[in-house]
Amino acid sequence: MYDLLTNLLGNQIVAYVIAASLPLIFVLTFVLFAVLAERKVSAHMQDRLGPMRVGWHGIIQTLADMLKLLQKEDIVPEGADKTLFNLAPLLTFLGTYAAFAAIPFAGIYVGSSTAIGIYYVTAVSGLVVAGLLLAGWASDNKYSLYGAMRTAAQIVSYEIPTAIAILTMVMVSGTLSLMKISDMQTAHFWNWWILGGPETGIVKFLLIPFMIITFLIYYISSLAEVNRTPFDLPEAESELVSGYHTEYSGMKFAFFFLAEYANMFAVSAIAVTLFLGGFHSPIGYLGHSLGIDWLVPVEQFFWFTFKGTALVFVQMWLRWTLPRVRVDQLMVICWKYLIPYAVVNLIIVGIITLL
Amino acid sequence: MKKYLKNTWDALWTIFIGMKVTWKHLFIPSVTIQYPDEHRPIPDRARNRLYVNIDDCIGCMQCQRACPVDCIDIKTVKALPTDELGLTSKGTKKALWVTQFNIDFAKCMYCQLCVFPCPTECITMTKVFEFSEYEREKLLYNFSNLTLSEVKEKEENYAKFMEKKAAEKAAAAAAKAKAAAEAKAKQEAEKKDNDNKPSSEEKDS
Repeated sequence: MYDLLTNLLGNQIVAYVIAASLPLIFVLTFVLFAVLAERKVSAHMQDRLGPMRVGWHGIIQTLADMLKLLQKEDIVPEGADKTLFNLAPLLTFLGTYAAFAAIPFAGIYVGSSTAIGIYYVTAVSGLVVAGLLLAGWASDNKYSLYGAMRTAAQIVSYEIPTAIAILTMVMVSGTLSLMKISDMQTAHFWNWWILGGPETGIVKFLLIPFMIITFLIYYISSLAEVNRTPFDLPEAESELVSGYHTEYSGMKFAFFFLAEYANMFAVSAIAVTLFLGGFHSPIGYLGHSLGIDWLVPVEQFFWFTFKGTALVFVQMWLRWTLPRVRVDQLMVICWKYLIPYAVVNLIIVGIITLL
Repeated sequence: MKKYLKNTWDALWTIFIGMKVTWKHLFIPSVTIQYPDEHRPIPDRARNRLYVNIDDCIGCMQCQRACPVDCIDIKTVKALPTDELGLTSKGTKKALWVTQFNIDFAKCMYCQLCVFPCPTECITMTKVFEFSEYEREKLLYNFSNLTLSEVKEKEENYAKFMEKKAAEKAAAAAAKAKAAAEAKAKQEAEKKDNDNKPSSEEKDS
């Protein structure tokens, strides 16, 4: 992509800027529709209609909300630490957006084709915790602080099962590069890692149940990492007003919102890349069979977005199905269930791959 | 260990059951009624804004007297014998100009007590319940169909009529008094004439 843009524009800096802002365009459009989808899904699951009045079936409701947020007063509370208060939303969004740099959207587009992609993503997501903690601390509000503390405890705890699940995948695939992991699962859906990957014979069938367990562990702990129900203790509306972003208004609040939804897609994208074949089509490419070369990246992008959005939809689905867990239950799920399962799973998968 | 595995299985299984339920609800038609566009049917005997069919009103003021919060304010002027007011739909003859028929809906409490005493059934409850206003004065509804100038005309007519009548009456009274005085004077003159001789008539009276 860089080469293409550099050749096209003849300037490396401009090419870099354009290549780096492409995910931003994607994230913004995704958030616009994800927020509406969340409201629509929640409404229909509760036999309501949801937003109906802005555009056809409320299709531009999010745009209207964004306009509203832009016009709102930017309030900084009196007792707040001004610098940190202003820094926190940016840091949160930065951490989320940085993760997009290593995610391969299509065969020709990945922000950074680094060899340590998944490691980088895991590490840079930690920045989000710092941002949320800053927000809670700088707000000078007890609810915000509680929310931030819970966020920190929760995300740090759930990094462990996430990391072990990712480690399992790194072990079976033998690489940290997300691009290479994607390319391993090419051709058809039975090459997806959740269905044993490109392994052959008995190993593939032995791997399938453990890959499913790995996927479930990753998915559950990723839910906790993006603070979604049933793990939405950090923003528990009924207990903490809205957690770390209680004191934020206007565009800064919008940034938190943006970061939250972008994060939802980021973890889904990682799950897609690791388990569900990344950007590869499950049924082969139309571009290949028709002999149109440029259609292939478009198809790849479509499949990647489709799979990612499907997983985001499952996140929403779970949100409107499950109640919130208690703090002790949260810790029990993590330390007593997910981590032992993940470790045992890691060992078993290790033995199977030795076969 | 067995319990531990069972817990795990139960957790996953119950989550799937819950997801099945919400998935089904995703396709159930919603129960929302989008209010300003759609309305729920109003019951037949619902009590909402009042309406006065002023053509049928005979100005008897029974509704005003029945109102527990005094939100109805009626003023009437008597019609002249020459005025043609027409009949109500029930055939009652109208004898009064209803110059003012105010109902203050800011005060009205929709008890329907004014509806029952109406002899011509001209005051009724409608199904209109959306009539909010920005200013309270706008909730004062005047149902009278007479314009201000007409009201003035009717009042003047009546006043003139009364004046005329009073004048006639006064004239009649004056005439009567005059006649009486004349009669008295005549009588007194007669009396004077008959002063000396006692009259049997006088004694009787």
